[in-house]
Amino acid sequence: MSMHLWIIPLLPLTGAAINGLLGKRFPKVLVNTIALGFTAAAFAMALWVAAQFAGLSPDQIPHIERYATWLSAGQFSAEYGIYLDQLSLVMLLIVTGVGFLIHVYSVGYMAHEGGYYRYFAYLNIFMFFMLTLVLADNYLLMFVGWEGVGLASYLLIGFWFLKKSAADAGKKAFITNRVGDFGFLIALFLLIKHFGTLQYDSLWKLVSQHPVESAGAGLLTAIGLLMLVGATGKSAQIPLYVWLPDAMEGPTPVSALIHAATMVTAGVYMVARSSPIFDRAPDARLAVAVIGTLTAIFAASIGIVQTDIKKVLAYSTISQLGYMFMACGVADYIGGIFHLMTHAFFKGLLFLAAGSIIHGLGGEQDMRHMGGLRKYLPYTFWSMTVATFAIAGLPPFAGFFSKDRILWSAWSSGNHIIWLIGVITAGMTSFYMFRLWFLTFFGEYRGPNPETAEHGHDADAIHDAHDAHATGDSHGHGAPHESPWVMVVPLMILALLSFVGGWVGVPHSLHGSDHFDAFLAPVFQAAAAGTTASEPAPENGVDSTELIFSGISVGLAALGLLLAWYLYYKRPELPARMAKAAGGLYTLVLDKYKVDELYGAVIIQPLIALSTNVFWKGIDLGLIDRAVDDGAEGALETSDAMRHMQSGNIRSYAGWVAVGATAVIAFMVWRGLR
Amino acid sequence: MVPLSYYLVLSAILFACGVAGFLIKRNIITIFLSIELMLNGVNLSFVAFAAQLNKLEGHIFVFFVMVVAAAEAAVGLAIIIAVFRTRETLNVDRVNLLRL
Repeated sequence: MSMHLWIIPLLPLTGAAINGLLGKRFPKVLVNTIALGFTAAAFAMALWVAAQFAGLSPDQIPHIERYATWLSAGQFSAEYGIYLDQLSLVMLLIVTGVGFLIHVYSVGYMAHEGGYYRYFAYLNIFMFFMLTLVLADNYLLMFVGWEGVGLASYLLIGFWFLKKSAADAGKKAFITNRVGDFGFLIALFLLIKHFGTLQYDSLWKLVSQHPVESAGAGLLTAIGLLMLVGATGKSAQIPLYVWLPDAMEGPTPVSALIHAATMVTAGVYMVARSSPIFDRAPDARLAVAVIGTLTAIFAASIGIVQTDIKKVLAYSTISQLGYMFMACGVADYIGGIFHLMTHAFFKGLLFLAAGSIIHGLGGEQDMRHMGGLRKYLPYTFWSMTVATFAIAGLPPFAGFFSKDRILWSAWSSGNHIIWLIGVITAGMTSFYMFRLWFLTFFGEYRGPNPETAEHGHDADAIHDAHDAHATGDSHGHGAPHESPWVMVVPLMILALLSFVGGWVGVPHSLHGSDHFDAFLAPVFQAAAAGTTASEPAPENGVDSTELIFSGISVGLAALGLLLAWYLYYKRPELPARMAKAAGGLYTLVLDKYKVDELYGAVIIQPLIALSTNVFWKGIDLGLIDRAVDDGAEGALETSDAMRHMQSGNIRSYAGWVAVGATAVIAFMVWRGLR
Repeated sequence: MVPLSYYLVLSAILFACGVAGFLIKRNIITIFLSIELMLNGVNLSFVAFAAQLNKLEGHIFVFFVMVVAAAEAAVGLAIIIAVFRTRETLNVDRVNLLRL
């Protein structure tokens, strides 16, 4: 039975093609209708597919649809096909569902911006590539989506390309991702060389015959580590995370969709999808866990001191992605995907709410100029409150269940240090999120005087068009104001999801039935057959321990809340004094540990020096240009010399004829004599 | 019988005289005559070889050369008259409109 799954990615592509090619002349309403219509259709079809999927018997899963051979070379061939199992179904629903909500939100957020059609065309093309990525039935097709979302990300980060920092951020994101893609590609080459296929189903069969590699090097370990390199690029993990904070130059809905909810989770999806490989390469899997754990605490510590609201959320995203890697690294792929889902809800919501604040303040992003916004933006306040509680991991919000599950997996798999760092990070997460919450919504409004102030906008030509939107609305950009309905409604829906989204995975220790686990388990059980990860976790007698550990992480989250309350609400003058007391350490963290500067000094500057002195001035100018220039000059000089033979004088011509004839005769005589 | 080499030496002398005249002289008619001299030098070697080798082809070639020379004389003299009418000189050094 074919579900015609190929239609799903094609829907947003159609929207992108129509808007991108013809949209310039369309009125905004038509652009909206096309962009939202095709995305909604994709979401509706995803829901229909989910309903069909529920009717499949277990032996029909994974449901694979092959449409054509995409390319074949010798023994190797890649199909154009779609692989639908529980994992890709969850991703499909997240991408289309959250994607659609963010499209709706964008209608309000981008209403006053130039390049409206361009924005929606890019957003739709992103949806196309993301769906290709999650639905592909082989790694090569996944790689197409993988690169495509990178392209869409580049285009959307640099959406306000007249602003140099935005254009630079786009390039930085793209180039940093290329480094990761390089590793991913080599992993794929190794797979082709040793297994001869990239189709998931046949590849898993071959991989499952491979023994578990213990103690150091091995083929699957190498492949796993290279895939990890790819995932660190796309999912912004150490050492390739540097692009994500800069990516905040893009429009805020883009940050929500691409840089929080969907694209950056592609790395997690890839690792989870490759679980048969990682399960047989414990060292590579441990590397995933270590990278994730380090990233989680590292990014959280930077997030504590940032003052730009979007930067806080960016570092928070990196940190939460670290949790997902941590989960995959301790073989709890389901926990990773669970957190991926709840994170898509609450982090998407956090970004959209931050966008609503930025919109309401006319482009202000610095939290030091906010405060007291609770009464100006009530809907944003309440939805953001839900999201903040969710990410902080306080029950019964969504983040609690997923984060707790990851921490418990870390402990119960015996990685106690990882658990410890994870639980500290949970406390830090709670602290910086409530810091953001208190700084933004409580206290007094610290922005410019609402009556007289000229709002400093985001300072670029295109974005300034935003300022001109007083024309259509009753308000100028004086007082902060609540966003239009089209933006508020997605906030509410996501707030609802952030609240209840975790209930699908209530663990047994809390007398839940953990539907999410039961739903996804077949994907990873089949993959893990014959490895240590397939051993059933000891069920009985640990529930109470698990509860204690939940208590610890909730307690730390509450502590973070209290600390933030004390420092940023009760005694708001304290943080500045503490920053002064910390001195150099504070500056170091504020400067993001100077990692950008380090990369600049160690990699970028030598690269620029090498390119300038050797490749540009040495090879390009010295060799290639020189050869061309000298060739042209030589031709010119020779011609100039030859020109004088054409004197116009008959007798000189006659002389040349005689000389030529003599030369020919001499040649013939010389040849004849030999 | 006169040996072949005598004919060939005479032919070479005639041809060399023609070349020398062609290169040295300035008067178009003299140059023209020099060309005829070269042609006849060649003709002489043709008939010499034809007689030596008892072949007809050499004789036939000579007739061809004569025909071409006659045609050339007709066209060439006509050109010379045309040049003289426009330039009022037969000095080739002054017929130099193509000079750079």
